[in-house]
Amino acid sequence: MSLLQQKTGSVVRLENVSKSYGDLLALDRVSLTVGQGEFVCLLGASGCGKSTLLSLVAGLDGITGGTLDTGGRKVSLMFQEAALFPWLSVRGNVELPLRLQGVSRPERRQRAEELLGIVRLGGFADKRPHELSGGMRQRVALARALAQNADILLMDEPFGALDAMTRDILHDELERIWREQQLTVLFVTHNVREAVRLGDRVILLSSRPGRVIEDYPITHERPRRIDSPEVAGQAAEITDRLRAEVARHAH
Amino acid sequence: MPIKYPSARAGLEGVNGDSTAPVAEKPGVDPEAAEVAGLDALELQPRKDKGALGKRIWKSTWPKVLAIAIVLLIWQITVWSEWKPIYVLPSPTTVFTDLGNVITTGDFWDGVRVTMTRAFTGFLLAVVIGTIIGALVSQFAPLRAAIGSLITGLQTMPSIMWFPLAILLFQLSESAILFVVVLGAAPSVANGLISGIDYVPRTWLRVGQVLGMRGFAKYRHLILPASLPSFISGLKQGWAFSWRSLMAGELLVIVPGALSIGVRMQQARDLSDSSLVICYIIVVLIIGILIDVLFNAADNALRRRWGLLSN
Ligand SMILES: Nc1ncnc2c1ncn2[C@@H]1O[C@H](COP(=O)(O)OP(=O)(O)OP(=O)(O)O)[C@@H](O)[C@H]1O
Ligand SMILES: [Mg+2]
Repeated sequence: MSLLQQKTGSVVRLENVSKSYGDLLALDRVSLTVGQGEFVCLLGASGCGKSTLLSLVAGLDGITGGTLDTGGRKVSLMFQEAALFPWLSVRGNVELPLRLQGVSRPERRQRAEELLGIVRLGGFADKRPHELSGGMRQRVALARALAQNADILLMDEPFGALDAMTRDILHDELERIWREQQLTVLFVTHNVREAVRLGDRVILLSSRPGRVIEDYPITHERPRRIDSPEVAGQAAEITDRLRAEVARHAH
Repeated sequence: MPIKYPSARAGLEGVNGDSTAPVAEKPGVDPEAAEVAGLDALELQPRKDKGALGKRIWKSTWPKVLAIAIVLLIWQITVWSEWKPIYVLPSPTTVFTDLGNVITTGDFWDGVRVTMTRAFTGFLLAVVIGTIIGALVSQFAPLRAAIGSLITGLQTMPSIMWFPLAILLFQLSESAILFVVVLGAAPSVANGLISGIDYVPRTWLRVGQVLGMRGFAKYRHLILPASLPSFISGLKQGWAFSWRSLMAGELLVIVPGALSIGVRMQQARDLSDSSLVICYIIVVLIIGILIDVLFNAADNALRRRWGLLSN
């Protein structure tokens, strides 16, 4: 029995979800379930509706058709830009979701301290966001997302703007935090290797309209390395499939 | 390590097992934590040495000192050229001697007090009114269509044009002066706030949405702080307008008993005391510059905190 099947209950369920912007059909009858504690990567060419899918799940936008069920669970979303607020310190940024939830000051301070510890930025609480590097800011954004205490963490190309070395280390970090915090993650990326490196499953979307065309289970033992032959091998296979899909739009 | 589902290509390449190189582990040190910490340390720029305080002050003051010196020199040369008689255009030495005498009198400081009280009351009133109008306009679309362009129009209006009406409405009183000062400054304050609110970056708004900010909380934690830089430039511009309006007002609207700087300047002119007139010009200039320095300091402090300064 695989690890996948042991995990019980789905936390996100999409059934034939469609989304159109006026005439443009961005998502077409997308069906997808994400299980409790699962790490699912969404892969697809540019403009295929990955970000749209996340904003639907996050409830930032309404669906046009089908059913979307998150069971009323709390959802948090991280972007490619850390988008930290410059008028707040690192600590203030992480405390903000707690503040909005009405958590008391001492409790919130302690929780922020914990969260910054989790992303290994314990010593940077009093810094301003602009004093940090891109990778560090993204970790603060992760801590802020964790502070929302959400059941589902959505990530939209969170490491897209980082250099390879930093990204590599952040993969290890994200994997560790996912495991330790028992998160459910839906992770959007352009990078096939990244998807294989991180995901329990890699879901391939077609372009215009966006549909689910493949659902690859990734069963290589963790911890994985992005440059390991298993990851590279499976990534190559998925890349071929993705290229075939892109080529379909040639005419 | 067994691979349950080896992919086609991995199989072809005949790779197996764990390719992870063994890491030499020191007891008690988490190698991953060390990696992360090391990367963070490398990515943070070393703190730049700003140099000695005295040197920095000198660097920022010498151009100003030079500018003043040039102006004084041109002035002195004009005096030497006898373009105008000496009692109409006195030399810098005469003026600065007079200035020294004037600012040591209590009377002068009473005048400064009257003028600054007016300036601050008018400005504060303008800030309150401008902020309320700005907030309303940015909130309600119909109001924006109606008032938005009117505000910009008001800004271009020379404030001296308001005085005849102000005098008819309020006679020669403090209210007449305040009326014009507020009209001069409030549109800038309102505009600063409106454009601040309009140009809150989209990504921040999205973050606010994700964090579930709504209604008052959204204003308190996102919109208002995000529009602060624009609001401060609005305040700065508003101050400049109110200061100009006030000086025009003090020359036109002579309120009995209030010996403001403007009134004193008028008196000096009535006595044909050019030197004293120039003294008051210098005083008004210096006050303007000092307040501008304060606004710039606030602006720079904010920019530094936000990381918007390039140096
Ligand atoms: N608010 C909107 N209004 C109109 N069209 C939109 C809107 N948001 C997205 N679209 C369109 O929907 C399609 C999918 O966009 P989306 O941003 O979800 O793609 P994506 O897969 O995230 O792309 P990328 O990989 O470039 O981030 C695109 O064609 C885009 O132009
Ligand atoms: Mg996108």
